Amino acid sequence: MTDLASSDRSTTSTAPRARTSGLSTRMIGWLQAAPLAIVLACFLVLPIGMIAIVSFWGATEFSIYPAFQFDNYRFLFSSPVTYSVFLNTFKYAAITWACSLLIGFAVAYFLAFHIRSLHWQIGLFLLCTIPFWTSNIIRMISWIPFLGRNGIANSALISWGVIDEPLDWLLFSDFSVILAFVHLYTLFMVVPIFNSMMRIDRSLLEAARDNGASGWQTLWNVIIPLCKPGIMIGTIFVVTLVMGDFITVRFMSGSQKANVGRLISNDISLLQYPSASATAIILLCTVLIVIAILLRFVDIRKEL
Amino acid sequence: MANLSRRSVLKTGAAAVGVSTLGAPMIWAQEIKNITLRQFGTGVSNLNEVGQKVKEDLGFTLEMTALDSDSVTQRAATQPDSFDIADIEYWICKKVWPTGNLQAMDVSKIKNYDKIVGIFKDGKLTPESVIAQGTAPHTVGFVEGQGSTTFADEETGWMTLIPTIYNADTLGIRPDLIGRPIESWTELLNPEFKGKASILDISSIGIMDMAMVCEAMGEIQYGDKGNMTQDEIDATFAIFTEAKKAGQFRAFWKTFDESVNLMASGEVVIQSMWSPAITAVKSRGIPCVYQPLKEGYRSWGGGIGLSKSLSGMELDAAYDYINWYLDGWVGGFLMRQGYYSAVPETSKNHMTENEWGYWFEGKPAVEDITNPYGDVMDQAGNSRDGGSFYDRMGSVACWNAVMDENQYMVRKWNEFIAS
Repeated sequence: MTDLASSDRSTTSTAPRARTSGLSTRMIGWLQAAPLAIVLACFLVLPIGMIAIVSFWGATEFSIYPAFQFDNYRFLFSSPVTYSVFLNTFKYAAITWACSLLIGFAVAYFLAFHIRSLHWQIGLFLLCTIPFWTSNIIRMISWIPFLGRNGIANSALISWGVIDEPLDWLLFSDFSVILAFVHLYTLFMVVPIFNSMMRIDRSLLEAARDNGASGWQTLWNVIIPLCKPGIMIGTIFVVTLVMGDFITVRFMSGSQKANVGRLISNDISLLQYPSASATAIILLCTVLIVIAILLRFVDIRKEL
Repeated sequence: MANLSRRSVLKTGAAAVGVSTLGAPMIWAQEIKNITLRQFGTGVSNLNEVGQKVKEDLGFTLEMTALDSDSVTQRAATQPDSFDIADIEYWICKKVWPTGNLQAMDVSKIKNYDKIVGIFKDGKLTPESVIAQGTAPHTVGFVEGQGSTTFADEETGWMTLIPTIYNADTLGIRPDLIGRPIESWTELLNPEFKGKASILDISSIGIMDMAMVCEAMGEIQYGDKGNMTQDEIDATFAIFTEAKKAGQFRAFWKTFDESVNLMASGEVVIQSMWSPAITAVKSRGIPCVYQPLKEGYRSWGGGIGLSKSLSGMELDAAYDYINWYLDGWVGGFLMRQGYYSAVPETSKNHMTENEWGYWFEGKPAVEDITNPYGDVMDQAGNSRDGGSFYDRMGSVACWNAVMDENQYMVRKWNEFIAS
């Protein structure tokens, strides 16, 4: 963005009608920002504002009515369900984050440093995206027959003699929920980390080696710090996606577990829009706080 | 009839008269081709076959959208312009009708109104029947007139929904994996089936199953299962939460397909289930029984409601559709999957004597029974689980319900899922 703006400024200043340049530069700046600003205002700020307003409304079984009351929030904060569900949401987010970071980092590292030719790097990177050609839901649901009591996983384990009885916890459990999350969202970790890694100046690695650093020391002291922006962007993707996803939790836990998204979707399906809005606002605030904390660790603007 | 045709003339011109009075689509064949009615409802009755047959018989296009019960409620209550015909269940009607999104139907335009079974009119299957607990269809079936948002206590000539389909639900079991007779609702919480039981995750229906189980266990005596007090709700959830924590349930299901997959894959051996889901499991060659239980059935009924914004030629087409619906072809189609038609006697014309005997009268089949898709459902010599129409519908213990304490119940349901 800064590049674009400065190049624009240079073209306008070299333009023949230099006397209007002061005003028109500012105008052009506004005009350039306007389309995105309008789109965001209409499709992001306005709806969120509406949700915030509705969260104070009241509801009966059949209708919602405008009001300004704190009932929805009062109920939300006084219900033990809210706390256990938020805790569950954080649990899913944290474990998924840790797993996808480990896997995503390893994959990106392999692609960036072990594959020498650019063609192969791009080829293998595209290979990683192939699963994304099918829908999220299909990729998720295909785990169900795989993990089931009589599924492929269990029958394989039994035929290898590892277990005698089918493992019940493979499906409809926290395990299957997190497995699906990791499967669905790890690529969001791979992409930004790979991107950061490709920007690392290779001579830095040579310098580290010349100075006698071991492989682990190079990784810990050079690569990881330089990948921080990528890790942080990936983290924001994964955490926000997991915290908002309810459909994975519903299918993979067989409706037996709940996260905040499911609470909201239950409220919506039962026509409790104000209560759903209140929960949504709390979730939004929580996610924003989490992102704010994450951004404390890395100044993304500087690092990019 | 004279009034009616005059109104039609004013609205849609002479071409429409033929249809609303004579039911002869040929006259306005050209115009009717351009009509599209959008219908939505649950997967049980929103079948493409019906849409195709409508096109053949009536000439207009019927678009079908199948959703789960909660989505159906939501759509009917919040997006009145997104549909023309709502194929909804009676308990959903209780939530949707007060929003004013549906219009009442004039029964004088319904040809087979007199033949609709009593359950939907005065609540009685036979004159001696006792009316079951819960949201029985007749309690939400009538209003005083067009525009009225409260239900009438008796037949008024203005119907909220035209009844189309109903059934008595019970537990489905896998006899091959259980290997002994199942007789009572209590078996759902029997520790013998730990990790292999399931109920549905639709609160208004699930709570009724729970109530059947708790009552059968002798743990709770309900004043009215279909309209519980807060204490009764608490007690019911306490029992089921304890069972859930002990690992009794494998999963909860929300859609028809989920219940079929759970049962067919053997993840679950006993669960609350819908009759055609059993049919679907059976047609994969997997044994599955719709087990009649001594405490009786939990029943449900569905019907067709018309969007408030439907008028003119579309409205006439919708009445045509309703009359066609009750005329028997759909009834036969549905009954051959194990449901009942609101007008059984017209369905008889579209079924063989063997099929009628098996599905309606509970007689042993004389030859193999196939479903409408041609899959063999049952062999000659067998008879239907639960017996005849009157045996089954006569032992309904409760109807799916929306209670006065619904909001409280829903919150408790969320707690149960999150526990």
